[in-house]
Amino acid sequence: MSAYRPGPLALFFAFVVIIFLLMPLLAVVPVSFTPSRMLSMPAGELSIRHYRALFEDPRWLDSILLSLRVGLVSSVLATLFALTFSLGIWMFRPRFTAVLVGFVLLPMIVPPVVSAITLYFLLTSMSNIGSMIGYDTWLGVVLAHVVVTVPFAVVLILVSLGQVDRRIDLAARGLGASTWERATKVIIPNIKFGIAAAWLLSFVLSWEEIGVTLFITSVNAITLPRLMWMGLRDNIDPAIAAISVILILITVTAMTIRIFFARSR
Amino acid sequence: MLARSHNLGAALLLAPLLLLLAVAYGIPFLGVMRWSFTLPEPGLAQYLTVFTDPLVQSVFVRTARICALVTVTAVAAAYAIAYVWVRGTPGQRLIAEYCILVPFWISVLTRAFGWVALLSNRGLINSWLQSLGILGEPLALVRNEFGVVVGMTHFLIPFAVFPIASAMRAVDERVLLAARGLGASRTRTFWSVFVPLTMSGIIGAALIVFVFALGFFVTPAILGGGRSVMVAELVYLRIFQSPDWGLGAAISVTLVLIVGLLTAALFRFLRFSQMAG
Repeated sequence: MSAYRPGPLALFFAFVVIIFLLMPLLAVVPVSFTPSRMLSMPAGELSIRHYRALFEDPRWLDSILLSLRVGLVSSVLATLFALTFSLGIWMFRPRFTAVLVGFVLLPMIVPPVVSAITLYFLLTSMSNIGSMIGYDTWLGVVLAHVVVTVPFAVVLILVSLGQVDRRIDLAARGLGASTWERATKVIIPNIKFGIAAAWLLSFVLSWEEIGVTLFITSVNAITLPRLMWMGLRDNIDPAIAAISVILILITVTAMTIRIFFARSR
Repeated sequence: MLARSHNLGAALLLAPLLLLLAVAYGIPFLGVMRWSFTLPEPGLAQYLTVFTDPLVQSVFVRTARICALVTVTAVAAAYAIAYVWVRGTPGQRLIAEYCILVPFWISVLTRAFGWVALLSNRGLINSWLQSLGILGEPLALVRNEFGVVVGMTHFLIPFAVFPIASAMRAVDERVLLAARGLGASRTRTFWSVFVPLTMSGIIGAALIVFVFALGFFVTPAILGGGRSVMVAELVYLRIFQSPDWGLGAAISVTLVLIVGLLTAALFRFLRFSQMAG
């Protein structure tokens, strides 16, 4: 890897791309400190009113709490569903494995807008028969998020299972372990990092989900991305800049911890 | 006896997710498909509209044009940064990794909002150019195709980086050294040896970007401002704003078919490049 490094021209192009990638993330920082009620550059004095609004305006606080609740419940469910399914595929190698996995991955491949209409149809039908899970309810959002995030969890867990040595499972079987014991005492301990990654990805995807949530909520179940969307479409509210800065800071911190954790290992 | 408990175990593990997706996704999807053949009246009229109506056609053409443009810009940009991420010095690689992964993890809304803050009439770029006296009137940078292409390219670069970077990692260092040893210049080695060896990553990235871009909704809706409508937004408008469920469903089914064909091509290509590699 060391003898053949990018030359100055390659570094220049990569630098241009880096500027392009970072520009919109940096642009929200000055906007978030504007004293104005509209989207603008602060001229002169800075203000933290939009940050205070996030904690004082119940709409922002409620939507953050709702997104956390939806994210936690849907990511745990998605991980459990993905784990049982992936274990079934790996341990039993059923016929038609490709068809089964392909079916499960559909919500990841189908364009979000089509999934959104599908789930809108489902949830409004469920509302019509008086179900607790329905259109514009938090449980309806949970169900929709499980459906659209579970393929990603399945991919991560299947990849992680692909790296498990089948001989340890054969040994457990030869020693008389039941299916339950093989799964819980042999296989799951070997893929625990994959399971954790699947849970984290499901949570982040649910926390950020807008493409489907937009179609299945209106006034009651307003998640954080839904509220940001409303603020972006109408009058652009600078509080969006403040919440964006906070989200970017969380991401950068998490990345830094991960990179240094990976290095120290 | 053993075989029966074997099948029972497999069924118990596989059933929950398959049942969930069949009930919550498969069946309602068939319901949406049915709309396209039955609303407002039974028949194939809505599909005839999809393939002949000038408005729908113009949206499909615009979508194809934007997706093609975004594919070229995103893959080229991804190649440049992936090259440094894979082959740079440790410091360069760390910087590249941050700049790829931080945008990747940040929500599509935050990123679209960042572009609005930069490109809108009172945004950073316009107010900066005006305060320097370069511009009298603000430049129209959003609410048009330019804004959409910029926002989508930004969103899709990280997705294009991953397949390209994995193809670059698979390149044998010794081949490059051999090219240099036989007298090829650095530039010649890059274009005649390195780029062809990573072609599988480029094609994979292009397919992924194109398929993702086809179904894009959020970024065009925010940065296009209702003027550069793409297919996904057209579906949204037909279902929720001017209710024409049949047409919305027919466009959805057409979109799913196109995406399905491209995805099948991607998988065939992946298998082929695995066999070749």
